[in-house]
Amino acid sequence: MTTGEPLIVLDEVNKHFGPLHVLQDVSLSVGRGEVVVVIGPSGSGKSTLCRTINRLEPIDSGTITFDGRPLPAEGKALAKLRSEVGMVFQSFNLFAHKTILENVTLGPVKVRKEKPAAARERGLALLDRVGIANQADKFPAQLSGGQQQRAAIARALAMQPKAMLFDEPTSALDPEMVGEVLDVMTSLARDGMTMVVVTHEMGFARHAANRVIFMADGRLVEDAAPTEFFANPRSERAKDFLSKILTH
Amino acid sequence: MSVLIDKFDVFAGGFWLTLQICLLAAIGALILGAIVAVLRISPVPPLRAVGTAYVNMFRNLPLTVVMFFAAFGLPALGSNADFLRIPGLDAIFSRLGTDLPYFRFALIALVLYTAAFVCEALRSGVNAVPAGQAEAARSLGLTFTQNLRYVVLPQSWKASVVPLGSVIIAMIKNSALVGFFGVVGDLSQSADQLTSAEGHAFVPVAIGISIGYLIMTVPLGALLDRIEKRQAVAR
Repeated sequence: MTTGEPLIVLDEVNKHFGPLHVLQDVSLSVGRGEVVVVIGPSGSGKSTLCRTINRLEPIDSGTITFDGRPLPAEGKALAKLRSEVGMVFQSFNLFAHKTILENVTLGPVKVRKEKPAAARERGLALLDRVGIANQADKFPAQLSGGQQQRAAIARALAMQPKAMLFDEPTSALDPEMVGEVLDVMTSLARDGMTMVVVTHEMGFARHAANRVIFMADGRLVEDAAPTEFFANPRSERAKDFLSKILTH
Repeated sequence: MSVLIDKFDVFAGGFWLTLQICLLAAIGALILGAIVAVLRISPVPPLRAVGTAYVNMFRNLPLTVVMFFAAFGLPALGSNADFLRIPGLDAIFSRLGTDLPYFRFALIALVLYTAAFVCEALRSGVNAVPAGQAEAARSLGLTFTQNLRYVVLPQSWKASVVPLGSVIIAMIKNSALVGFFGVVGDLSQSADQLTSAEGHAFVPVAIGISIGYLIMTVPLGALLDRIEKRQAVAR
């Protein structure tokens, strides 16, 4: 599963929003091909953690290394790094003025300078993979939430990223659409994609994750295999959290 | 009211000169305002500071003061604003090329002043685009300029165009000041000429120049209303 040096390494990362210390000495390493699910109560800093990895949130102290290189500051080098890290957002964030296919091909054509015809072909293949090839020429607003999120995953995959970050990808979806998005994510995980997934979907954490990270109050509280975490959470905080979400 | 007919050529000439300065100033202010807006939303803090300083200065000074600086400050610095004697352009806008620099000075003042408002109108449009759009673009690896060009600006212009139009209408009306800073023959200065120097009654002359300004501003306002209505339908 994990081979060689880890792909993503966070070391003693700290981050504040004003007086709020959202990340406190967070250290974490994610191996190549590993699927790490981050769970925790809201406000625990898990989304922020996810967003620091491609520097959508700059950090105050500590280091983040991706593929052996520290995250660059703003500029061309950072843009290049971001192109190697796919990101999927809670609110999809598809480009509202572009069709689904244009959403998927924008990055490859403008960032990677691929030929439009080639990018289009691969974009259609990716849309087919996530099951919405027939929606290629529609605009995001014409699609259901589940379809939009699958399009957003295809858009991220079109860059052929080394890792994928998912920031609560199913939290904005109607319940009946959660499954179709999780199916796509599960198949990605099976194909060996390195993934960091912030989610409340415990089912996904159980069957698709290699490791579960539990965060509370800006700290990384537990880091364990899913079976172990769900059967025997060590901290009171995690026990409390699990008792609240698993009773329903 | 016979002055409107007898002196039609004076009104028409004033209209044409005001239109010239407004056309040039609008183009200049749109370009400069866009540059300042890009500075103000740039990810580089010193550039942002420059953009913010610009807006704070020119949005908060009276246009009259800016005109004073242009008309009296530039000559004191030894400048005749000769860089605006643009070959080709001065064939259509003949005042650009004259030895007397006051048209160019007034143009500079109008551009500098209006650009601050253009910047803010553009920026309000950019702010109307949900932050997630730019975040998604950044996460794909688009650079700042690609992000603006392909993602943010195509969505922001809709929110910018109406406030931009209001800025340009205000600028047309503001151009009435140029006559007091050495520009001879625009609409307002023509009125002064006809009443003070030639003794025509004030009210008919004022009606005449009002019509001149309204010919420029009313169609622009109507155009904006149409754009706004069409956007409301599209939404």
